[in-house]
Amino acid sequence: MTAADERAQEVATTAEPTSRRVFTFNDYMMFGAIVIFGIVGPFLFPNYTFQIAVLWLMVLFAQTWDVMGGQMGYNSLGNIFFFGAGMYICTVTQIGLFTDVGNYTSSSDGGSFQFTPDQYYIGVAVGLVFAAIGSSLLAVALGWIVFGLRGPYFAIGTLGIALGAGELVGAWEWVGGGGGIPIPVYPGSGDGKSFFYYTLCFGAAMATFLFLKWLYSTRFGLAINAIRDDEEKAEAMGIHTMRHKTAAWAISAFFLGISGGLFGNMTGFIEPLEVAFPAPTFGLFMVAMALLGGKGTIWGPVVGAILFHIVKEATWTYFLGWQWVALGVIIIVNIVYFQQGIVGWLQEKYPHWFGIEVEARNAGAKRAAE
Amino acid sequence: MNNLIEVRNVSKAFGGVVANDDISIDVPEGQITGLIGPNGSGKTTLFNSIVGYHPIDSGSIKFKGKEISKIRVQQIARLGMLRTFQQTRIYANMNCVDNMLISVPHRNAKFFDMFKPYPHELHEQAEHLLEFVGLYEKRKLPSGDLSFGQQKLLEFAMALMNKPEILLLDEPTAGINPTLINGLIDRLKRANTEFGITLFVIEHNMRVIMNMADTIYCLAHGELLASGEPEKIQNDQRVIDAYLGAH
Repeated sequence: MTAADERAQEVATTAEPTSRRVFTFNDYMMFGAIVIFGIVGPFLFPNYTFQIAVLWLMVLFAQTWDVMGGQMGYNSLGNIFFFGAGMYICTVTQIGLFTDVGNYTSSSDGGSFQFTPDQYYIGVAVGLVFAAIGSSLLAVALGWIVFGLRGPYFAIGTLGIALGAGELVGAWEWVGGGGGIPIPVYPGSGDGKSFFYYTLCFGAAMATFLFLKWLYSTRFGLAINAIRDDEEKAEAMGIHTMRHKTAAWAISAFFLGISGGLFGNMTGFIEPLEVAFPAPTFGLFMVAMALLGGKGTIWGPVVGAILFHIVKEATWTYFLGWQWVALGVIIIVNIVYFQQGIVGWLQEKYPHWFGIEVEARNAGAKRAAE
Repeated sequence: MNNLIEVRNVSKAFGGVVANDDISIDVPEGQITGLIGPNGSGKTTLFNSIVGYHPIDSGSIKFKGKEISKIRVQQIARLGMLRTFQQTRIYANMNCVDNMLISVPHRNAKFFDMFKPYPHELHEQAEHLLEFVGLYEKRKLPSGDLSFGQQKLLEFAMALMNKPEILLLDEPTAGINPTLINGLIDRLKRANTEFGITLFVIEHNMRVIMNMADTIYCLAHGELLASGEPEKIQNDQRVIDAYLGAH
């Protein structure tokens, strides 16, 4: 062991750890409000259970996009790939555990195969686990290829992955090709199904939030911020940049894979272009939502997703025909006049709300005066 | 005395421009070694070659006896050799303390160390080093808001946080207010004597480098022109000619 190793060791072995950027009072208030709405929402608005469940998936989308786009400075336009991959992995697992996938997918009614309730629930549970892990592994493999790209090249490269995946799956007969796959039917009432998937969607979004909140308080958070600010400097300082980038993408993919598995089961029928790999809708919404709320902040993607989804649903209902125009206007105003987003702006204006200490430039003088 | 860095017959060309031609340099452990030369003489190219920023065309570069000319920037940094940049580079959207914390050594980092929190000791160490360079009062400011000179000091403190064995400094006093230069020289010397860090310094300010260095190498037009103790270099007619443009 060299002298430098010893010194490094000395730093590594330390007594009690401290958490950085822990939950502040305002965090508890916000999180509490969201949890309360999440629990009472479907009882207050029973007709909108499906829409509120999708809202939680949107929150999950924006948060997972922000891991890369906001915190690490890698603007991926292809994260929807992991949503679709998770959806297909989950579905194929649900079917494949109990019957032949090729037979099932080759007939429009699922070959009349009936899943027992036990088979259904086991399929969903195992399918979601496989979807999460499988999507993460795909992220590791793809990261190895595309992390050599920077800036706009990375954005376009990842978009290519999402678009290419849709086409490839469309040509893959074993998983139903362009014709898609009918999902195993929920063994119960329609309300029961809504409630079941609502709970899972809400749980997934909250788990994502809590996991990321913790993640950003560890060394990992600072390291990906450093990569965002100056990757070349981070390399020159010896940070394992590739390791961090790969892990960040795998974490995004993990939660996106779960969301894909859930959404496939909620819609009841999956096919590659519109449902599994919808790059022009969900794929771009996740970017727009994170930017609207404020990228690189913990609350920004959450707030952005909620606002975006409400506006989207309202325009779809009341201004049908103008809905895309309305979304376009929001995105343009956001990008041109309001780049830091809602929470980004609040954080600049009122840093103490977020538990960020910014000592005034004349702090030294003040201290001397005391 | 041990040589930490041994550069032997290194050449590097960019297209038709020969930036380094057959350069051989020794950087002895524990000392301060200077590298001078007129603009465009290949000093920064040599630094970049040593830290693995680009491959060299021929020759050999050894760090503590280990050949490093084929390995990459991050691996070399983790061996304990760090460089600062001529155009100062810091993490502009992070505050000074965070800049310091992320600069801890990554030498023995295991995979799951990524997810560990920062212990108290590191916070204290970060603040202590910020105090050392005179930035303690600014520690909570986003580092992008600091002046250029303060950013240079922060970059220096970040390098110290990494506990390197050797630090390659590319023009540490460029852009720094002349009244602060003496303070910086003093801190560089203390980094060398108190923290035991070997320094290899590119510098244009002759007063600074003559005052600090134990040995000086002078490059001109990509070739090694002269080397030796500061007095010898100062009185070398070839060095004077190179700076005055007699070539």
